[in-house]
Amino acid sequence: MIRRFLLALALMLAAAPAFAVNPDEVLADPALEARARALSAELRCMVCQNQSIDDSNADLAKDLRLLVRERITDGDSDEQVLNYIVSRYGEFVLLKPRFSMRTLLLWGAPVLLILAGGASLVVFARKRAGKPTGSKLTEEEQAKLAELLEK
Amino acid sequence: MIIEIGHYALVLALATAIVLSLVPVIGARRGDQAMMDVAPLGSVLLFALVAFSFGVLTYAHVVSDFSVENVWENSHSLVPLIYKYSGVWGNHEGSMMLWLLILSLFSALVAIFGRNLPETLRANVLAVQAWISVAFILFILLTSNPFVRLDPAPAEGKDLNPVLQDIGLAIHPPLLYLGYVGFSVCFSFAVAALLDGRIDAAWARWVRPWTLAAWTFLTLGIAMGSYWAYYELGWGGWWFWDPVENASFMPWLAGTALLHSALVMEKREALKIWTVLLAILTFSLSLMGTFLVRSGVLTSVHAFASDPSRGVFILCILLIFIGGALSLFAFRAPLLSSGGLFAPISREGALVVNNLILTVACGTVLTGTLYPLVLETLTGDKISVGPPFFNLTFGLLMAPLLIVVPFGPLLAWKRGDLLGALQRLYVVAGLAFAAALAFFYIEHGGPVMAVLGLAAGLFLILGAVADLWYRAGIGKVKAEIAWRRLAGLPRSAFGTALAHAGLGITVLGIVTVTTFETEHVVEMKQGQSTDAGGYSIVFDGMQPATGPNYTEERGHFSIRRAGAEVADVWSAKRLYTARQMPTTEAGILTFGLSQLYVSFGDATKDGGIVVRIWWKPFILCIWGGALVMAFGGFVSLTDRRLRVGAPSRKAKAKAAKPAAPAMEPAE
Repeated sequence: MIRRFLLALALMLAAAPAFAVNPDEVLADPALEARARALSAELRCMVCQNQSIDDSNADLAKDLRLLVRERITDGDSDEQVLNYIVSRYGEFVLLKPRFSMRTLLLWGAPVLLILAGGASLVVFARKRAGKPTGSKLTEEEQAKLAELLEK
Repeated sequence: MIIEIGHYALVLALATAIVLSLVPVIGARRGDQAMMDVAPLGSVLLFALVAFSFGVLTYAHVVSDFSVENVWENSHSLVPLIYKYSGVWGNHEGSMMLWLLILSLFSALVAIFGRNLPETLRANVLAVQAWISVAFILFILLTSNPFVRLDPAPAEGKDLNPVLQDIGLAIHPPLLYLGYVGFSVCFSFAVAALLDGRIDAAWARWVRPWTLAAWTFLTLGIAMGSYWAYYELGWGGWWFWDPVENASFMPWLAGTALLHSALVMEKREALKIWTVLLAILTFSLSLMGTFLVRSGVLTSVHAFASDPSRGVFILCILLIFIGGALSLFAFRAPLLSSGGLFAPISREGALVVNNLILTVACGTVLTGTLYPLVLETLTGDKISVGPPFFNLTFGLLMAPLLIVVPFGPLLAWKRGDLLGALQRLYVVAGLAFAAALAFFYIEHGGPVMAVLGLAAGLFLILGAVADLWYRAGIGKVKAEIAWRRLAGLPRSAFGTALAHAGLGITVLGIVTVTTFETEHVVEMKQGQSTDAGGYSIVFDGMQPATGPNYTEERGHFSIRRAGAEVADVWSAKRLYTARQMPTTEAGILTFGLSQLYVSFGDATKDGGIVVRIWWKPFILCIWGGALVMAFGGFVSLTDRRLRVGAPSRKAKAKAAKPAAPAMEPAE
């Protein structure tokens, strides 16, 4: 529910409730345009609440979209475009952070968790082997059981 | 005056909750029946007081009493009546009241329907529930009081946020909270068991129905929220990996794991310690979600709960409950005896894989959500973790799980026969893959991953059918025997099959929409047309219109197929007058399971307007699958096994409405 509030506020920041790419921004070459869209989805709108520049209609997002398209038409590779944008706006602009020392734990989390989980499973299984299982009956339950067996 | 009585009822509720949180625990320690008897009575009284207080707040909203600050801030005399009701929880204070109301509702339900729980367990469970109530009532009274008056009273309110003026607000938060807060019961059961120092299969049987009920509501709540965002926000997205969404998704992942591990515990007495831990973790994630959303730490600038004292308060609640429960766990868990053994290839083994993957996925989402925050606090570096990260990591983790799901129900307990299960499933797997390929060629185009995704979705659906098929022995025994066997299967078997098939349907929807969706961003003038999804959309022009509290410019579109008009749709740009806030009202047309989504952008200089049209093939599968999952949950809740010890209620339960069984199983 709260997301709605946040998005609403994000919307209020924007000039009007129009969204994302406008027809006048679209590149003539569909292949280049597709690349531009894919890149836009990975770039954060710096003044919005958790929105990519592809989804946002803030002026800054529009500027960035145009910049991405400009670089693409100038012949930059996807990597070069991202490098250029990061050099101007910092790592914060990337919605998928790059792998580095700072993001080691972020990217490593799934792997570490899987390894830790797997390891503890093995340890538990080893420890458990050969031990008696099941919970012991209480005295009351023992009495009940004895009673039932006598019948 | 009535407002003050409501306020006072909340104070009385606090007093009740404090008594309730102490007396039954002491009673359980001493074996004092009278003291333990305080628990059920007190829980019902607590619910009555909270409900009264909530009713008063609702009354203030409905009669637009602007002398109450909360009403003035979030309502307007012209708001339609239904939004006056739903507007009660469309703000910080009110939504905390809803949280509390549902918490005390669950306590009351445990009190009423838990009559055949052991006395000490029930007393402890209700006391733990009361601890949570105390914390949240204090939070409301001290930092988020909805009963604050204004003097002099303003003549008119500031209006409810327009994005919230939707039927979605009436349905989504209550469902979500029923799920979120429902897990408190599992938490209380876990803590009570740890206090008791004894836990067995019966415990799992008492907990499972509550888990199932909470899970079902959470599934519905998340699906509803997703659909609401989809149609209300006007850009056709349905999941954003927004921190607030993640906050509700993490308890769902942990709850799904809990549902499955409680099953192992109930049937085989294995995974006891893990199940208790998971019950604690699931509700801890719910609490943490509340903290993340309410404190505003994730959205420092715009959160409407920007008062730092609230953040600190919830952080304390969080530390006390999570820290306390985990410490108790650390002390007591070694006392719990371990359960039955099982071979790696067995149903238990499959469920362990399920738990491992779901927990890791949950941990990954948690890391991704909190990492930017922690990194910024520690080093001052700012990074973003957004949808591309989550799609990649979560997708990679989920892929193996989707493959494993159909095997689980087909494997035997204790020691399974993988080869046998494989043999039974290879026909199904082959069929699923062939069907996916056929579908792929019909739609021609799209990456290979989509084919695999479609195959996985169909594999889940057909695997669920195969499970029932083999259990009934269709094709092996005579038709009428097979039919009788099928009819005689426990409801939980159908529940499982439905939930797994529902997951498959959702996967299908996600894959088809992501792969085959088409987007058209065009400038249109009156009379022009655009093609999308095999339909031709003609723009018939704009006209102004007025609603109760907004004005709008709405445009009419005729949808044609092969020259003939098949449908028409309105799409609008609205301006809510009180807040001067614009919104887009997308026009959505449903064709079978697919939808055409039309929304307006800006007007252009030469008199046209930017129109965005999406063709969303099979998008309804995403939410339809969630509905099927939730339906599976309800079916499972009506299972006889969950009502053991309550034969007299059996007949009643059959006729009961879907919501009713949720309360029964605890008996």
